[in-house]
Amino acid sequence: MRSEYDVVVIGGGPAGLAAAIKAKELGMSVLLIENREFLGGIPMQCVHPGFGLHYFKEDLTGTEFIHRILERFREMNVEYYTNAHVLEIVPYSYRHKILRVVTEEGLFEVRAKTVIYAAGARERHMFEIGITGHRVAGIYTAGEAQTMMDIYGVMPGREIVIVGSGDVGLIMARRFTLEGAHVKAVIELMPYPGGLTRNVVQCLEDFGIPLYLSHAVTRVEGKKRVERVIVTKVDENLRPIPGTEESIECDTVVLAAGLVPYLKVIEKAGVEIDPATNGPVVNSYLETSVPGIFVAGNALVINDLVDYVVEQGEEAAEGAYEFVKNGGLPALKWRKLVKGRNIRLAVPHYLADTKDVTIYARVAEPEENVKLRFPEIGKEIRLPLVRPSEMIRVKLKGEEIARAKGRITMEVVRDE
Amino acid sequence: MSEVRKFRLTCIVCPLGCTVEVTMEGDRITGVKGFTCPRGEEYAIQEIREPKRVVMSVVKVKGGTFPTVAVKSDRPVPKELIPKIMRELAEVEVEAPVRVGQVIVENVLGTGANIVATRAA
Repeated sequence: MRSEYDVVVIGGGPAGLAAAIKAKELGMSVLLIENREFLGGIPMQCVHPGFGLHYFKEDLTGTEFIHRILERFREMNVEYYTNAHVLEIVPYSYRHKILRVVTEEGLFEVRAKTVIYAAGARERHMFEIGITGHRVAGIYTAGEAQTMMDIYGVMPGREIVIVGSGDVGLIMARRFTLEGAHVKAVIELMPYPGGLTRNVVQCLEDFGIPLYLSHAVTRVEGKKRVERVIVTKVDENLRPIPGTEESIECDTVVLAAGLVPYLKVIEKAGVEIDPATNGPVVNSYLETSVPGIFVAGNALVINDLVDYVVEQGEEAAEGAYEFVKNGGLPALKWRKLVKGRNIRLAVPHYLADTKDVTIYARVAEPEENVKLRFPEIGKEIRLPLVRPSEMIRVKLKGEEIARAKGRITMEVVRDE
Repeated sequence: MSEVRKFRLTCIVCPLGCTVEVTMEGDRITGVKGFTCPRGEEYAIQEIREPKRVVMSVVKVKGGTFPTVAVKSDRPVPKELIPKIMRELAEVEVEAPVRVGQVIVENVLGTGANIVATRAA
């Protein structure tokens, strides 16, 4: 092992692996650090299909998708550690960072010219979504339940209530049912399902699983293990309506209530956070506000598709390459991407005319027959349908960005 | 004249989730509309005649990195057979090493589909 690398990648999931492969292809010295005992990240526990339609032009399961990425990673002979934790990144100079890492062999320090942070996201837990009551056995996040069942072969329960109807909650409902558990209900706070219609159809309707819209689990009850949940209707402000409580007997509660970028280590290094994405503020090169620290995947923004995660990993590697080659990024002038009408979040936040950029955004409200507009650069794209649950991905060319003098607004307007 | 029936389906082929309406006279499909691509039309006809799904699960593995290996059917199988296939898979145990794509159960329940590994073990 060397003492200094061009790039240290934190996270061995799809974003980190893709970043490491690309960085190595570009001729950089690379070290990858993963805290789980195996490489591959979350797709290792995703036995369902829907992965890779854009990237590999094939419908693969999560496990098949990550297998292909892992094969390339192994061919590239990238140095890596598993079971290793990065405790701290110290940005001690513009061109160098020090990482403090714990492994099975002990504590060590490594110097890096750049860092690509791809540690993914964490799941929201019951304390964040207003569930009161007993802290008994039988409460899991979807990811925990999935790891138990699909990696370690242990059923988390028999009579299950799922909180959250995003694609994760829906897919878990089907998975539990196929394995012989009884999914008693999926509880959704919003008046509409969080996931894709096709997943409501093939994961709930196929199996006759009830979906409670505009409902919240407000309380978990049980002595040693979950015995029942109290489900309450919510009003248009998403507040529980007194007197509408209903009890559902179950032994397991599975929380599929969304993801939050996991930023502990880079937050400590001082990166600026965007309250809309809960991820770092980044520029076109996916560099954070700390020079030389790049970010990709769900640590950057919660993505719908693993294909986008991989794309961001490769993009961050190219950013790191530019940084190492030039001793900093080549861009001189940054244009702020401003969120206009019906744009809830958008990354990157600062755009340079030195390269083409891919923008990932979400709308605030569902709308039909709209145009996505960048008025300062005179660009318009027609969209038949926008939904908060579906990420918008759009490319801007360097020369288009150059047309704007200062800010660049992104907005959704009605297509009259 | 046989009875005319209409079925409304949500296509599950891609994330668009088009609403497709199939019209039947007796056992004959006389109209399909609402799809936006040929795969949607194909799906709707298949879904009315014989709904099929790809089935995925994990089976036990001896001596591998993990105690399970992920598997799927290499083509869609009749939907009504899925619970039976799942029960059959619950009895299966394979020995490591397993590679991705390896056949775990050949021609499962005579469907013509093989159960193949989707994770290495």
